[in-house]
Amino acid sequence: MKSAVIVFPGSNCDRDCAVAVERSTGSAVEMVWHQETKLPDGLDLIVLPGGFSYGDYLRCGAMASLSPVMREVIQAATNGTAVVGICNGFQILCEAGLLPGALLRNEGLKYVCRPIDLEVVNAQTRFTAGYQGRREVTMTIGNGEGNFFADEATLDRLEGEGQVVFRYKDNPNGSSRGIAGVVNRQGNVLGLMPHPDRAFETELGSADGAILFQSVLASA
Amino acid sequence: MKAKVHVFLKPGVLDVQGKAIEGALHGLGWGGVEHVRVGKTIEFDLKAAGADEAQAEVKTMCEKLLANTVIESYRVEIVA
Repeated sequence: MKSAVIVFPGSNCDRDCAVAVERSTGSAVEMVWHQETKLPDGLDLIVLPGGFSYGDYLRCGAMASLSPVMREVIQAATNGTAVVGICNGFQILCEAGLLPGALLRNEGLKYVCRPIDLEVVNAQTRFTAGYQGRREVTMTIGNGEGNFFADEATLDRLEGEGQVVFRYKDNPNGSSRGIAGVVNRQGNVLGLMPHPDRAFETELGSADGAILFQSVLASA
Repeated sequence: MKAKVHVFLKPGVLDVQGKAIEGALHGLGWGGVEHVRVGKTIEFDLKAAGADEAQAEVKTMCEKLLANTVIESYRVEIVA
């Protein structure tokens, strides 16, 4: 398995993601600077990490979604490569049009940072197959603009087509219908606000995030 | 030519900053204040043959970058 972590100016979970993917799966991980116009060959997984790309200027993820490397990421996603965007990475995927919806300022106006219980709504995706029968997992969140929003028709469609992958057990930020993570229609692009990269060993409080990366490996 | 772009969250999209400001204004005694919305204005100069062309150009900029039309609406002002 070969993975890449995209590094934007202002990314701050890029190394966490690299370590998490390496330790969870044994995959080789390449760091790819956002100005690159070509991705490494033979990638099984592309990770867009958390952080504050471009200082969150204009809108979270807006500038990063237009970085040169994103043209290649969009192409790879179209070709079926697995892409996961975590936190700021999720915002970038929405801004890039790879995922529906948008992330708004948290309802309580507070930056929320704590472990959080999630319901695995769809365990049939290539990101969640490894959870098997488990319906509840724990990761951590750390976001100020993690309030998932989409219009009612889009939400109905997402729910109806199994694109809601994770839901908060206890909604921390006002996300529509408690949605914490969604997958695209093709099932190869996942965005989630909780951090699997901060929950990949029991020493971190949970190892549930490792299963997400292992699932992708198993599907590669 | 000068362009001013006003970007606001769409009606129906929760504007938590607006709500907080509304609460603060109520606290200062302006109890009649309602529906506070916080937006942003982006200003720039651009070269264009005419106002119509500038308007069309800036509209494309809004669709591509300046606004996220999933959650935001925008209004373009062109000043010669």
